[in-house]
Amino acid sequence: MDEDDFSKYTTVELMICRAAKELKNGEIAFIGTGLPMIAAMLAKRMHAPDLIVVFEAGTIDSKLLHLPGSVGDPRCVYGSTICSGLFDVFGTVLQRGRVDVGFLGGAQCDMYGNINSTAIGDYLKPRVRLPGSGGAGDIAALAKRTVIIMKHEKRRFPRRVDYLTSVGWIEGLDSRSKVGLKEGGPVTVVTDLCVMKFDEKDKSAYVAEIHPGVSQEMIQDETGFPLDFSRAKETPEPTIDEIRLIRKEIDPERVILRRLTKYRQF
Amino acid sequence: MTRKVEKEVEDKIMEVEEAVKKFISNGCHIGLGGFTVQRHPMELIREIIRQRKRNLVLYGCSQGIDADILIGAGCVKRIEMAYVGDEPFVSPSPNFRRAVEERSIEWEDYSNFGATLRFVAGALGVPFMPTKSMLGSDMITKWGISSRSRKRRKDPRLAKKKLAVIDCPFTGEKVALVPACKPEVAVIHAQMCGGNGTVRILGQTFVDEFIARAAEKVIVTCEEIISEEIMRVEPERNQIPFYLVDAIIQVPYGAHPTAVYKYYDYDPEHYAVYIRAAKAGQEAFEKYLEEYVYSVDGISEYLKKIGGKEKLDRLKADSILGYSTQIRRGEPFR
Repeated sequence: MDEDDFSKYTTVELMICRAAKELKNGEIAFIGTGLPMIAAMLAKRMHAPDLIVVFEAGTIDSKLLHLPGSVGDPRCVYGSTICSGLFDVFGTVLQRGRVDVGFLGGAQCDMYGNINSTAIGDYLKPRVRLPGSGGAGDIAALAKRTVIIMKHEKRRFPRRVDYLTSVGWIEGLDSRSKVGLKEGGPVTVVTDLCVMKFDEKDKSAYVAEIHPGVSQEMIQDETGFPLDFSRAKETPEPTIDEIRLIRKEIDPERVILRRLTKYRQF
Repeated sequence: MTRKVEKEVEDKIMEVEEAVKKFISNGCHIGLGGFTVQRHPMELIREIIRQRKRNLVLYGCSQGIDADILIGAGCVKRIEMAYVGDEPFVSPSPNFRRAVEERSIEWEDYSNFGATLRFVAGALGVPFMPTKSMLGSDMITKWGISSRSRKRRKDPRLAKKKLAVIDCPFTGEKVALVPACKPEVAVIHAQMCGGNGTVRILGQTFVDEFIARAAEKVIVTCEEIISEEIMRVEPERNQIPFYLVDAIIQVPYGAHPTAVYKYYDYDPEHYAVYIRAAKAGQEAFEKYLEEYVYSVDGISEYLKKIGGKEKLDRLKADSILGYSTQIRRGEPFR
């Protein structure tokens, strides 16, 4: 693909642009490493210049001249209003209830938006060990709403996650508030095939937007639980401006984009 | 008074070799400073490996190559943490992943805030801290070490329970309690340390100030030793008081290949070498250890091996930004 042809976009670029739209101007956003960082930087350059980006390792409202490779990267410090540590950010920002939106990713996501980033298979005898919660479990429990970004594959969207690292709507209905979490919960899942939202009553995932060139069958084939398509529209396409910003200004070193080349193209 | 300070200076300033001999025993419980790719006390960790310490118990929040290299070198019995990964290069870290999948180490998972609060409780001298985090997750219900095993072991540093959920006595709401963590030794890498142990961290402090306060002994490796007098001209910029610190070692570039804000960046090229070796299996990783740890006599020789002056110049942080703009982070992995 011609990297200078901004009218053509990759699936991952579409995901970034769509995820960025979940961030509203003036909100406090708790941002994790990877695709969420690019989405946040894009949102700040487009519709949400006053978005306050919080990184768990201790920086608040960084100006982000260069894309950090980690939430603990020295690049997170530049232009911050405060630079502290995990106790301050998780405690007085997140747990205190100041965070409007958090981004999450993981290896598995189930029909209630619960996420696994700890282990595939049995926790004590894992087939695949994953890095662990990091801050994801905290964000999932304590942010006012969360947005999930996932690669769409059947093994990644099981009926039930092998290990529940980051709490979503648990078993649906009021099960989240029953464990003691009165607020928060996932609102949107952005995948490389579609955008899912959660039913207001039973809290199960349904398809809200389908990416251009993707069919309902394709999505259902790659999902381990039945999906409702009755409310589905088409996902808005990225603009030339957005694509140019992502490639030329936000990740010209391909720090993150390099790791995301496995996504399908339509 | 002056004489007393001078005596303490003599006592505390040492080389990594002496610090590890003096403070790290087999089976030692260690609190690790730093976060993912920044400010891990790597030269001290390489010395722990050179001295072939065994059965270590590691405590951390979001660790990376610090925990991973110790695990790969066979030094670790157990790790209690939230995350082991080398964002932005590989996640999880390869030796950690293999050791857990082969069950050659023990592990216990908390969230980052949960793990942070364990050090906070340790630092405050209270047995636990409450949090609203982790409720409803498998971190509450699935334990790496069972309640029965915890009771049987009679290890005073191993809490009888991984955590507990109670109804708040004041509001009735559910809260999770995490047990205090008090490591025997905290190992921290800072930008500056006074000659008597006053520590100054620039940039994110992560959990380092709490780990130091929770631990019984503190080893600080640093980029620069500054006169204690000068450190006390602006005490508001310091994070750890001198009396907590037992060993001070000046090791410029001592956190390589991780970054140190305002001093140098992480080294993507060396991460690529490390990750390739660690992913290729135990045999390939032994070769890495031989090349970069066992056969190396101290930090100067190590720095020559990883690319010498040319590499260090490229990693050197821009004085305003605090990181390098001379490295191409995606390139070594293409």
